[in-house]
Amino acid sequence: MANVFIFPTTSLILSDLVARFGHTPLSAAMQIREIIQTPGLESPPLQITPEDPKKGLHWAAVEVPSGVRGRMSLYGPLLERAEAAIIVNNPEYSFGCMGCARTNELLVFLVRKKKIPVLDLEYPTSDEEGREFVAAIRRFLDSLPGASA
Amino acid sequence: MTRVRIAQISCGSEYSGVQKEINDAAEAVDAEVFFPDLKLADIQKSFSDFGLDVKSPDLKLSIARAKALAEGRIEADAVFIATCFRCAEAAIVRNELRRFIHENSKLPVVSYSFTERTTSGTLLTRMEALTTIARRRALLAREVQEGLTMGVDSGSSTTKAVVMKDNEIIGTGWLPTTGVIDSAEKAISEALSAAGVSRDEIQAVGTTGYGRFLVGEHLKADLVQEELTVNSKGAVFLADTQHGPSTVIDIGGMDNKAISVLDGIPGTFTMGGICAGASGRFLEMTAKRLGVDITELGPLAMEGLSHKVPMNSYCIVFGTQSLVNALAAGSTPEDVAAAACHSVAEQVFEQQLQEVDIKEPVIMVGGTSLIQGLVRAMGELLQTRITVPPHSQYIGAVGCALLASGFVRRE
Repeated sequence: MANVFIFPTTSLILSDLVARFGHTPLSAAMQIREIIQTPGLESPPLQITPEDPKKGLHWAAVEVPSGVRGRMSLYGPLLERAEAAIIVNNPEYSFGCMGCARTNELLVFLVRKKKIPVLDLEYPTSDEEGREFVAAIRRFLDSLPGASA
Repeated sequence: MTRVRIAQISCGSEYSGVQKEINDAAEAVDAEVFFPDLKLADIQKSFSDFGLDVKSPDLKLSIARAKALAEGRIEADAVFIATCFRCAEAAIVRNELRRFIHENSKLPVVSYSFTERTTSGTLLTRMEALTTIARRRALLAREVQEGLTMGVDSGSSTTKAVVMKDNEIIGTGWLPTTGVIDSAEKAISEALSAAGVSRDEIQAVGTTGYGRFLVGEHLKADLVQEELTVNSKGAVFLADTQHGPSTVIDIGGMDNKAISVLDGIPGTFTMGGICAGASGRFLEMTAKRLGVDITELGPLAMEGLSHKVPMNSYCIVFGTQSLVNALAAGSTPEDVAAAACHSVAEQVFEQQLQEVDIKEPVIMVGGTSLIQGLVRAMGELLQTRITVPPHSQYIGAVGCALLASGFVRRE
């Protein structure tokens, strides 16, 4: 079973596909669930405090906007655990939406820099492309070490 | 209207850890912040229609929200636009949306770029101004002072008091702020004495400035109001430009305000306060270094040429060092004074005036408006003639006394 980073990290469909095919998805939902369930914090809606953008300095310099660094404090730890990644380019918002283009550029760059197996896909625009999209993800996940299928 | 609903258009606030600060600032002025809800299909359409091809989905959402507000598809009393400091893409969107909402709706709007260090205290005056404009339009529409009223401006550097009667200023008081209450009391005594009236005769009192809450409580003031709205009212009242557009610039001791005003009511405004080098404090330090009183700095600067002194930094420390070096290298005090004025004007021009639409007449107010060299430098940068109305240093107190007369009538 491999830790698979997904992009968009907010995509519940991608997260579900990775889990269905026997691997551990590394997604935003997991990270956000963890922090919003932490007792004693009161910083709605995401429970991100001003300390988190400072943690983001590990991945982005101080002149990078606080929103990028705050996002990196969420996604950066996921990247570090990643053993493989699936990147979907140009997805529809309903598939998974990442709010900040600069964070997205940095995340995708850091994934590629990590030299792990990466599946790069375009978001499908027809039923036929959709079927091939899912099949490609399955083939990729099956090829990873520890695949259960 | 009791609770004001402020529509938030933003990118990055929840990831910067400042959303709670924004909520708290709104709550402090009995307002609530909400995110306008939109359908997914509307987002793509609104974004395409607007024509600004940004890449960040949160900024696309911001554009769609602004359009929905301007077109009246979503109801709100005011708009707060906020994006991350240092993000170029967001800065473009922030400015364009502020302008778009200002031009296409009557909603008061303020924009702000935050860092993770932004606190609710920093945002409070802006939120207070937004809610005042939304909540007290009738009061702000007042153009004539009636009865016998007093305004007190408890500023970070100086405390001012003004007594007005039947639309005329009849007494003023001014002194450096030391103890907030103590300074207010002395300024009030001075103003009352000059006016020849007793405190019991005053029919209504208004307070503004950093110490407004403390002084307001002490005086049991009828009106406790932030500086943005009272300065706008005071400026157009004193400059006799109550109708139509105008721009008010107030370079203060601790922060600067640039306000785009229409019919005496602020539309958009910026408030800066991060850098002391862009404040009146820098001019005080320059005057001290030159061995002249602050009142002499303006005339001195009028005799000098700013470009003769190289200023390598906007910072109050390093900027002062540049001035000292220039003096050591033989520059004249006149040129140094002019360079200091130009430096402050240029910073305000670059950092704040880009965020409001400059419309003539441009009115400079506050104590620094008496420094002629600064007014000249600002006029040169804006390529316009700057209006400095009489009593401009008492602007906040005048605005307060004017607005407080609305409470006389009610009685």
